[in-house]
Amino acid sequence: MAANTAFRTCPDTGLKVHLPAQALIKANAVAAVVFLLVGGVLGLLVALTRSELDFLPALPAESFYAVLTAHGMDVLLFWIVFFEMAVLYFASAILLNCRLAAPWLAWVGFVLMLVGAIMANVAVIQGESSVMFTSYVPMKAAPHFYLALILFAVGALIGVGVFFATLVIAREERTYEGSVPLVTFGAVTAAIIAVFTLASGAIILIPTFLWSLGYIAHIDSMTYKLVWWAMGHSSQQINVSAHVAVWYAIAAIVLGAKPLSEKVSRSAFLLYILFLQLASAHHLLVEPGVSSEWKIFNTSYAIYLAVLGSLIHGMSVPGAIEAAQRGKGYTRGVFEWLTKAPWGNPAFSGMALSLVMFGFLGGISGVVMGTEQINLIMHNTLYVPGHFHGTVVAGTTLAFMAITYLVVPLIFQREILFPKMAQWQPYVFGLGVAGISLFMMGAGTLGVARRHWDSNFSDATLTFEYPAAAFLMLGLNGLFAIMAAVGGAMYVVVVVGSILFGKRREGAGEPAQQPAEPPAGAAVGSYGNAGTLHLPGTYVLVGVFFVAFVLYYFVNWKYLSEVWPLS
Amino acid sequence: MAESDQPSEHDDSGPVPFMQRVLDNPFLLLFLGVTMPAVLYIIWGVMEIANIPIAK
Amino acid sequence: MAIAPPERRLWWKEPLDKAEIIWITIAFLWGVVMFLAMIYWHIVGEQNLSNEAYRIDPEVFAAKAEEMTEKYTVREEGDTGIPVVHPPPGSDVYLISRLWEWWPILELEKDQSYRLHLSSMDWQHGFSLQPTNINVQVHPNYDLVMTIKPNEAGTFSVVCNEFCGIGHHTMVGRIYVTER
Ligand code: HEM
Ligand SMILES: [Cu+2]
Ligand SMILES: [Cu+2]
Repeated sequence: MAANTAFRTCPDTGLKVHLPAQALIKANAVAAVVFLLVGGVLGLLVALTRSELDFLPALPAESFYAVLTAHGMDVLLFWIVFFEMAVLYFASAILLNCRLAAPWLAWVGFVLMLVGAIMANVAVIQGESSVMFTSYVPMKAAPHFYLALILFAVGALIGVGVFFATLVIAREERTYEGSVPLVTFGAVTAAIIAVFTLASGAIILIPTFLWSLGYIAHIDSMTYKLVWWAMGHSSQQINVSAHVAVWYAIAAIVLGAKPLSEKVSRSAFLLYILFLQLASAHHLLVEPGVSSEWKIFNTSYAIYLAVLGSLIHGMSVPGAIEAAQRGKGYTRGVFEWLTKAPWGNPAFSGMALSLVMFGFLGGISGVVMGTEQINLIMHNTLYVPGHFHGTVVAGTTLAFMAITYLVVPLIFQREILFPKMAQWQPYVFGLGVAGISLFMMGAGTLGVARRHWDSNFSDATLTFEYPAAAFLMLGLNGLFAIMAAVGGAMYVVVVVGSILFGKRREGAGEPAQQPAEPPAGAAVGSYGNAGTLHLPGTYVLVGVFFVAFVLYYFVNWKYLSEVWPLS
Repeated sequence: MAESDQPSEHDDSGPVPFMQRVLDNPFLLLFLGVTMPAVLYIIWGVMEIANIPIAK
Repeated sequence: MAIAPPERRLWWKEPLDKAEIIWITIAFLWGVVMFLAMIYWHIVGEQNLSNEAYRIDPEVFAAKAEEMTEKYTVREEGDTGIPVVHPPPGSDVYLISRLWEWWPILELEKDQSYRLHLSSMDWQHGFSLQPTNINVQVHPNYDLVMTIKPNEAGTFSVVCNEFCGIGHHTMVGRIYVTER
């Protein structure tokens, strides 16, 4: 019967792989990588232009703003969301040993997304839609710019629907026992946030589309911004949930790590579901007309309960790795488990770098900047892109890159071409991104505006000069951007090369990334972990992180207290 | 503490605890995950914007 | 493993390790501290964005700004033709943002309070006071009113830090603060 031919058994994991799901995962992953390539080149051009270094090429003003608009869209929306579709199909059909619900519908969604993504790029190239991907009204783009984003969102919503339907099928057909795996639960979290995200996008973009056509006279700029960020920021929360799930998946596949506690990790995801999306308010902290009560409650995710979720994952993920490593006998000292980790495996190193940089660069800066009053000294400066290149590039993008090194052998059934290049890739990209993140934050602390073509204000009637240190930051940002771009290019070369020319691994194949057996007698008890945890390395790491967090937080209150009093 | 060191002593039968049932129900979670921000962020926020007074 | 269903059927009943309980408690309390810090700053801190805002027509706002300018202009800025306005301390001060200028130039006195009104005539703009680095969003049809109290004398610039079209990077205004 068709049902039998529609599956193959994965020789590495023993998982049943639904072939239509596999095809969809491939298509979405490939589309994602293409948009990363395009968007990455555009990001480099932006950074070079902003570097103000004479020996680097620079765009003219008009194309700078078009390129910046396209960069934001291509990487933030298209690369990330296409990849997330692949993650959702993987976490449902593959991990649950199940068939994907209505693959044809998933293809419809894919085509809509692709059409939308291409159309949006065309609109920006045509030049009438250099409005940044936020497209704040009353600045107006061409109608097909909004239409393109609507098509993309509808397509993505269809994909999310297929994911939920697959969960239902898996439960009804009893393809798994008990509760879904933790990684799937993380994907459920991402999908739930995606529903809110995409619905908010539709609510605001459809009237805006009609407005651009002239059917609606006025769109209120505050309401637009409030609802737009319910999409714009929540989409970042999809990323967080998805890449945390990816961290757990990589730790499990590469090291056989298991969660320290299902209860704790799942509760942390529940905190995400309930509270993470409130932080859309981060973008409205210095806006007129919304009260401090609303701002404080929402920006703090209701008393920082979603941050609590992240802090929990921040201990559970390294803790799970330490426990697995100790179970394998790497028990000497505090850090042998870490020094003997598979740093040459790009899936592992990418995941580890993503975890650390997301926490230290993206996480801390995000909470600090999201403090109602501290936002006054950061809003719309380069600090903002500095922060989110720490979250969505160092965190999400690097995590997605890392899992690609597992997806290529397991789903594309190809061996990694250029393994040496693959080995270096996470480090090159990671260091480059750490640089752009830090130096943009540095420039922002010195006041430099984001989305700004000319930090010298040469054509302005009234002159102004940023401090010299700001230009140092901008220049360094340009140089590290080159490094990040090289790291990105290495990723594209390895992935595209492997998919097209990698050795096929059919049948048993040699176990490239053999998942280790869950270690017997590991540090983690099989039932809960009370009294069984011994993770000194993780405690030290978490302690260092916490101290850095607290210090940086109060330093910024100090900065704030020095500016002009206002009330 | 002493008890939990003996995993085998734990009983894995009996009714599924309430919180586990909640976490195993994606559609309940979906409802919560959409309602919370819709009410606390969007509706509350839009109401505040709608109530901004007109300048004299 | 995290990619397989939980090993035990009733995983919710898993007891927790002390280390995890401690970390969760610390993290929770830290969240409470950060939450209370914002409220605390509203009570004792000096830098809080006001909640005072009104709906306003751009023409009405422009008229108020022009009236103020007419009354209190003290000179023109070089050969730019931009008026420099020295309003009395404590008064309502209007700063227009439009493609691509901040109008007029303000001259304020150190350690005096002013009710600064911000609104846009067209698209959104970003009020970024440099080098002190205070950043506030400016919308059309909304009048944001905040009380400011310059704490140092000198020449300050207002950079637009919200993208507002092709002239965005030329949109620079000025505020002078004089010693009393
Ligand atoms: C080679 C890698 C990259 C480089 C060099 C780079 C560099 C930059 C620079 C310099 C800016 C402009 C800041 C400004 O003037 O406001 C920017 C903006 C941005 N970047 Fe990247 N970026 C890279 C990759 C990415 C990736 C992978 C993502 C998302 C996953 C991303 C998301 C964004 C977004 C959303 C913006 C804001 C656009 C806007 O303000 O409308 N970037 N990037
Ligand atoms: Cu402007
Ligand atoms: Cu501007």
